[in-house]
Amino acid sequence: MNLFLFCFDLLLSLTLLALAVAALSSRDPRRGVILFITFGLLLALVWARLRAPDLALTEAAIGAGLTGALMLGAARRAAPRFDSEDSR
Amino acid sequence: MRPPSLLCLLVPLLLLALGLSLGWALGDGLKGYSGERLAEVALELVPESGATHPVTSVLLNFRGYDTLLELAVLLTALLGIWSLGPAAPPYPPPGLVLASLVGWVVPLLIITGGYLLWVGAYAPGGAFQAGAMLGAAGVTLTLAGHPTGGLPAEPWQRLLAALGTLVFLLMGLGLMALGSGFLIYPKGIAKWLILIIEATATLSIGVTLIAAFLGGRPMSLRNRSR
Repeated sequence: MNLFLFCFDLLLSLTLLALAVAALSSRDPRRGVILFITFGLLLALVWARLRAPDLALTEAAIGAGLTGALMLGAARRAAPRFDSEDSR
Repeated sequence: MRPPSLLCLLVPLLLLALGLSLGWALGDGLKGYSGERLAEVALELVPESGATHPVTSVLLNFRGYDTLLELAVLLTALLGIWSLGPAAPPYPPPGLVLASLVGWVVPLLIITGGYLLWVGAYAPGGAFQAGAMLGAAGVTLTLAGHPTGGLPAEPWQRLLAALGTLVFLLMGLGLMALGSGFLIYPKGIAKWLILIIEATATLSIGVTLIAAFLGGRPMSLRNRSR
């Protein structure tokens, strides 16, 4: 494996871990969901790097896209209970 | 209210033990068995499965039962969402730019869904990705203020949401009645059976995802008591 790809993979893995921690520890539900969507998109890249295009496609479409939309909807409904000024 | 400190210590320890045992099980599974691997057997049989793409043949043929249960899980999730209450009020009507963008994006998403469904036979794609495209089209419509995200009236929604599981199950039972065994496709027509199952599953997945995004029981246009 050449050095460039190794650096890319390393950077990808570290960013993924950092995004996971940030999404889980976020206090604002909406911010957490947006971080989760970013996490899903990068995870799709990881699947593509692992030569699993099927999983990459599914992760991008369902994991990041539709789950993200569903969770944003849930966050919108839950938001007034957490803080009232940031509901939309 | 703070949880007791013993629990704070116990949960990470249990999680660590679970992780270690899962890692051990994986390592044992990878090196403990030296016989013929399932992946090689499956790859050899792909040409007979009715789909030339290995992932599709595993999902729809070798492991069809599992996919059937996945569809049932989606259906159950939708029943749960519908039982929680009525759907959220629709989004405000869109501005000129959003409205014309939606007019372009939604047909493209539907065509992409159909393409992914068809291409799944020999390349990455398939029912779940195609259903996600239909779902995305519905989500886009919902965000642009369409009250039902392009879904038909409630009886049709119920039928469409259950259709994938129903057709899959009836196919399995029919094959069983013909003496072939549950979801064991005869070689000649396997491609067409898989295509029928995938097409209906795509519709069901799309409808389920849109209905899940609407987030509640569909509001009837006629006067409903609650």
